[in-house]
This record gives sequence, C-alpha cells and structure tokens, in this order.
Amino acid sequence: MSAPPLLEVCGLAKRFRGLQAVDGVSFAVPKGGIVALIGPNGAGKTTTFNLIAGVFAPDIGRVVLDGTDITGLRADQACRAGIGRTFQVVKPFGALTVLENVMVGAFKATADRTAARHAALAILDRLGLADKAGTVAKSLTLPDRKKLETARALATRPKILLLDEVMSGLRPTEIDAMVRTFADLSREMGLAILLTEHVMRAVMALSHHIVVLHHGQKICEGTPEQVSRDPRVLECYLGSAATAAAGSG
Amino acid sequence: MLYLNIIIAGLLTGAVYGLMALGLSVIFGVIRIVNFAHGEMMVVGMYAAYLIAVNTGLDPVAALPLVTAGLFLLGYALQRGLINRYIARPEHEQFLLLLAIATIITASLLMGFGPDARSVPLDYAYDSFQLGPLLLDKVRVLAAVGAVLGVVALWGFFRLTRTGKAIRACADNQVGAQVVGLDIKRLYAVTFGLGAACVGAAGCLMLLLIDVQPYIATDYTLLAFIIVILGGLGSMPGALLGGALVGVTEALSGFAVDPSLKSAFSFALLILVLLVRPQGLLGRA
Amino acid sequence: MRSRRFPIVQRRAAAALALFVAAMLALPFFVNGYIVSVLVVVLFAAYFGQAWNIVTGFAGQLSLGHALYVGLGAYISAALFTHYGVPPWIGMLAGVVIAALVGGIIAALSFRFRVGGVYFALLTIAFAEFTRILFDHFNWVGAASGLFLPVSSLARTDVLLLRGSPVMFYYLLLGLTLGALALCHDLLRRRIGYYWQAIREDEEAAQALGIDVFRYKVAAMALSAAMTSVGGAFLAFYENNLYPDTVFAVGRSIEIITAPIIGGLGTLFGPILGAVVLTTLGEAMTSLSSGFTVNGLKQWCYGAALLLIVALQPAGLWPWLRARLGLGAVRR
Repeated sequence: MSAPPLLEVCGLAKRFRGLQAVDGVSFAVPKGGIVALIGPNGAGKTTTFNLIAGVFAPDIGRVVLDGTDITGLRADQACRAGIGRTFQVVKPFGALTVLENVMVGAFKATADRTAARHAALAILDRLGLADKAGTVAKSLTLPDRKKLETARALATRPKILLLDEVMSGLRPTEIDAMVRTFADLSREMGLAILLTEHVMRAVMALSHHIVVLHHGQKICEGTPEQVSRDPRVLECYLGSAATAAAGSG
Repeated sequence: MLYLNIIIAGLLTGAVYGLMALGLSVIFGVIRIVNFAHGEMMVVGMYAAYLIAVNTGLDPVAALPLVTAGLFLLGYALQRGLINRYIARPEHEQFLLLLAIATIITASLLMGFGPDARSVPLDYAYDSFQLGPLLLDKVRVLAAVGAVLGVVALWGFFRLTRTGKAIRACADNQVGAQVVGLDIKRLYAVTFGLGAACVGAAGCLMLLLIDVQPYIATDYTLLAFIIVILGGLGSMPGALLGGALVGVTEALSGFAVDPSLKSAFSFALLILVLLVRPQGLLGRA
Repeated sequence: MRSRRFPIVQRRAAAALALFVAAMLALPFFVNGYIVSVLVVVLFAAYFGQAWNIVTGFAGQLSLGHALYVGLGAYISAALFTHYGVPPWIGMLAGVVIAALVGGIIAALSFRFRVGGVYFALLTIAFAEFTRILFDHFNWVGAASGLFLPVSSLARTDVLLLRGSPVMFYYLLLGLTLGALALCHDLLRRRIGYYWQAIREDEEAAQALGIDVFRYKVAAMALSAAMTSVGGAFLAFYENNLYPDTVFAVGRSIEIITAPIIGGLGTLFGPILGAVVLTTLGEAMTSLSSGFTVNGLKQWCYGAALLLIVALQPAGLWPWLRARLGLGAVRR
C-alpha cells in the first residue's frame, strides 16, 4: 500500500509497582507524518513517550525506528538513532546562550565547532530566534524557551521529533504560531512528528492522525474528524451521560 | 571475653556517636543541606560543658540541659539568620557558606581557648561497673545512657508534638507542606536548632570520654557523615545503628590492628555502603 | 547578532592577557625573594584550582577529595626519584597515569552506581582519607614520618632534576599555569567543553541530545586528576618533604577548592584571581598579626572573608571584575 512506517510501536507495556501505566499500545508514524497522542490525565501518554525516547525500557513490546529496533536503548543512544525530543517542563542550559544551547544539539552530527555553529544559526534563523542568539538562556520568556527546546532537538537532525506537551502554557496566538512553524518544518524537512498534547486546538490543526489512550490502552485512532466523533473518545473525556446526550452524532 | 568487653565499650561510645549523627540526619533529611559545620558545633558544645564544669563544678551530664538549650538557640539563629537564604542555591555555595561558618567557629574557639587540649577532671573517671564477667567504664555507661535518653526525647518530639509532625511533613513533601499552610522558614529553623541541640548534647557527653581541642572538629564532621550514610538518611534508628557499627569497628580495629588504622576501616565501610546500598542499611530505597 | 561588539571586547581581553603575562614574566626582576615565594604559592593555588575547575566548574561534579591526586603525583615522583633516581619529569608521567586511572575508577564506580551530588562529594573525601591513612603506614614512602628528598643537590639549578631556587620554580609554575589556562580555553571551545557544560546544567536534557553523560563525566574526572597530579609532583620537589597528613589532608582538598570558588567557578580566570586574592589575604593577615600573636585571628579573618564573598558575590569575583573592566565573557 504505502511506504513502511518510520516509527512503529508494537505492544508496549510498562508497569510501575502495581500500576499498569501502559498496556499493549501499538501505533505507527509514517515518514513525514504528524501523529498526536491524546487522552485524559493518567492515560499513559508521557510514559509511552518516555518508553520510545529511552528514559526507561518497556516490560514487553518493541519500538522500531526506520527499520532498526531501538527498544530499551538509553536516551542518548535513542537520540543517536534518530529520536529528537522536547521536555514537558522545559530544560534549557541556563548559563549558556541560546546559540550555545543549540550548538550542543548540533554537535551530535559534527565534532567541528564552525560547522556546528553554522547549523545552529540556520535553525535559530528558521525558528525566529536568531536575534536572541547571544542571550543567556535563563533570561528567556516561556514561549522562547519552548522554541529553544525545539531548536535544540532539531539540531540533532532527528528522523522523528517527539514533542511533549509543547503547547502548554502558551497563549492562543502563540499556539497558532507554533502550529504553523511545525507544519512548515514537517513539510520542508520531511520531518515526522509525534506529539502528546492537551491543547485540542493544536492537535486538530496540526495532526494527520490521532491515537487516543485511556487507562494505558489505545481506545481509538483515526483522522481528527473520525476521532472527534467517536463515542468511545467522547465517553472517556466527557463521561457516559454526555455521550448519551450527544445521541448518534 | 576481652573481645566482648571491647565490643560493649564500642557500643557505648557508639551511642554517643549515634546521637551526634542524629543531629546531622535530621538536618540533612529535612532541609537537605549538608552541614559541614557539624563537628564544629559539637566542639562548641564540648567547650560549653567545659566552661560550666570549670566555673560551677557542674558535671557535664548535669550541664546537659543547659548546653542543649544553648546549642538549640545557636542553631536556630544560624538557620533563620543566614543559612535559610542558601537553601535553593547550588551545592558548592552551600558548602562554602558552611565552610566559612565552620572556619569562623574553629578560629573563635582557638582565640578563646588556645590550641591545647582541655578536659574536665572527674572523680569517677576511672571507676567501672562489674556486671558478671563484664567490666564497663562508668564514664562510658553514663555517656551512653545520656545519649539514649537524648534520642528517645527526640523521637518523642517527632512522633508526639505538633511541630515535630509538621517537620516530618516538610521532609516528606515540601510543597504539600506549604500548601497546607506550614511556616517552612520557622520549621527549618527549629529543625536546625534541634540538629544543633543533638550534636551539642553529644559534645557534652563526649567530654566525658575525650579531651577537647579546636582541631578535632573536622574528624567528627566526617564521622557523622559516615554514620548517617551507613545507617540511612532520615532514619533515626539508622543513625543509632550506624553509630553502633562505627563504634564497634573502631574499638575492634583499634585493638586488633594498629589504632591509627581505625578510621581507615570506617572509610572503607563508607565506600562500600555508598556503592552497594547508597540509601544506607535502614534507609528507604 | 552583536557581531560588531565581539572584536572590540576580544581585542581588549587579548591585550589585557598579554599585559598580564608580560608583567608576570618580568616580576622576579623587580621584587625580593620573599615575594617570589609568595607568588609560587599563588601559582600552585591557581594551577590546582584550574585543574579542579574542570571536573567541578565545567562538568558540574563536586569533588572534595582532590588532595588524593596531589598526593599521588607528589609521592610517586618523589619516591621514584629518592629510591631509583628517576628524573622527576618521568616520574611525573607515572603519577599522571596512576592518578588518571584512580580518578577515572572512582568516577566510574560512583556514576555506575548512580552516586551523585553530595554523596559523590563525600565519596571523594572517603577515598582521599582512606589513602591518607594507608600512606601513613606505607613504609616504602616513609609512612607517617615523611618522605625527604635529597636537598644536597639544591645548590645548583637543574631544571631536569627540578632542583633550584624559588625563581626557577616560579617560571616553571607560571608556564604550567598558563599552559593549563590555554588547555581549558581550548577545551571550552571544543565539543567536549560544550558537552561538559550541558551535563552541568541539565544531565537529563544532555542525555536526550545524544550525549553519553557517563563517559564524559568520567573523562572530566580523569583529566582533572591527571592535571592535579602534575602539580603534586612539582609540589614535592619544591617543598622537598612530604607527609601523608598534610599532602592528603581534607584541609588541602578544601584549600584547593576555595580559590576557584571565590574567583568564579566554571570561568577561565576565576581560579587565578581567586588564588591571588586568597594568598594576598593570607599574607596580609600574617603581617598584620605579626605584632601580636593571637591564635586563630588569621583564620577568623579568612573565614569572615569567605563568608563575605559567599554572601555578596556568590558567582565569584572574576565575573564581577570582568564586567567592571569591560572585558565581557568569552563568547564563541
């Protein structure tokens, strides 16, 4: 049918001391595709994320990136395999400048300082942070920090970018700007994106495909239109009374 | 039989070590600050007991309440006035602050008392109890009893009083504690005061066992850390257990091997514990 | 980008540095022997501080047991010279290898077992103390009575055998310190320097960017240990006698770290400035109190100075001075 998926997650499961956080989750992200992972709090979105990114290893299941099995690799190994990620609570290198922050990411692809500097400047330019290149990271505003986090991850030249609630804390205009940036980036660079998000505005506008998690299990997946009308999704977000009231929408 | 006596002597001394280390455990466990001036505070307690003994003839054990209260106030003031500002700062700044405090304390003691060793003349210094085949030094027994009482008092404070419970809440969950309206600054100050009181009391009792001199402070700071890490941070029985272990190790190695090697065993033990079970023997994983 | 400002700041900084080096080179011709020996103390402090700065200031791992490497470098080169006549420049190499190994192993063990922060600092103290006590009983190096280097050869100046006057040591140490400075400057500009600082700022974020945090932390420790041991070797041949209780002491570890913290942790010139300030303070105290012998006054003032600096300029004196002189930070 179509080309093999870039990222394939099969039967991932993770248990934390009596809580089954993720229970048999499987989905795929096609090359250049944008997939969103949504679900109520505690659904297992961030845990799934961390399993893919190498923060911890799954109990069972596999993660395959571009044909290579990366299950259980450490975070730095996963990055070298092509995973780029941002953190829900941004983690800038506070004492370093914006440029130096991004250069740290760029050094994954090259050991040469000048090459890293050029690559970093190009990315900063693309994300509109070039004028702040010399600013120390800890003095940045939150939206700029989020952009910096993204720029830094992009500098590692990932095959897929994992965005962990990157829209949280932003105002609507800022959200729209970020959505545009990511959509453009994905199109221009053929970059695949997997995002977890609570901000529905961003999810609907950005993603090609949505996977819904609830209590650690996948309950539904499909296009934004399909998912927003699925009664199971409505029930897990709004409760069964609301679903009944919605009738056969 | 000789070995049994040595072990018991080690256990008794270990009780005092335990009390001293308990102060450190409380401070680190709640405030998360590494008190590099711990040994120095103990030495202050020792000199305080010495002064009282020399001027009023009061036995160090009898001077215990006074010294403990005094050190509590000192700790409270230090934390409230100075250390509190450094809670959120990087480790090396906290370290430097406490190092500065430790240096000033040692220097002040040096200026006040001079470098020579001092001790309190006790009439019962060479007495001992006979318990069947066991021979127990009276000073050691007294010191150990005092230490155990101190630990029990502290335990009672944490379990039974409201402030004690509030402090335990802080240690468990600082944000949660603030949310329910606990005054963190005051509680931290009380905690530091308690830690200082413990170590001051331990110093008072220590004066029964060794001479006091400004330079012994660093060794005891290190010893306190070894014990706390061995026993497990935040565990009161752990501090006692660690104290007992170190006391016995020191006594045995001092007798069986070269006495100057006794610290080496304690350090080797520390390295082993840090690598194999960093949360300590009784600490939570 | 403020690219227009960079050249001016950098030219100024380069000029200031050149002036500083020229002054240091010419100094011994204008001052007496006492000042030269004080300057040697400053240079030792600056060099050790610079070496320690690598693992703690750059990579962010607090080591409080660096006296261990001073001692290893000192004892190995001194013992090889005293017993086998091995020239110090060669004995130094043996010291470097052993110190790098020991430092690397301590770091590897600790980080493998996830011992970090304060616990790691305590572990470094434990290793240093343990070694001190060991050497107290190590008869081949004189145990607690000390190791003494043959001083009869001090009459003549022999750079190869590190025999000579304080002036000779002054120039050797100046070279060593400037070399360390150049090395640190270079490292900071390379990928390894960026990675170290990333690890210091946020280990988890660093790991997510493809950095093998464990390897880089161990490397920082090994390098720092190796550099420190070289200083230790020079120390042995300068002082001509070694005792475990002074060489490996916790006090020495604390001395080593005070200068860089006061000068500015993680900066290039911090250790040097800190060394100058502290030594000057120490000497001033000594001369001020020479009139009346009050035990502990010097120490008290020292402690008070530390307190003042930690309270007023916790980032260190160098960042403050640098801003005042309009030199700006070294931006890459």
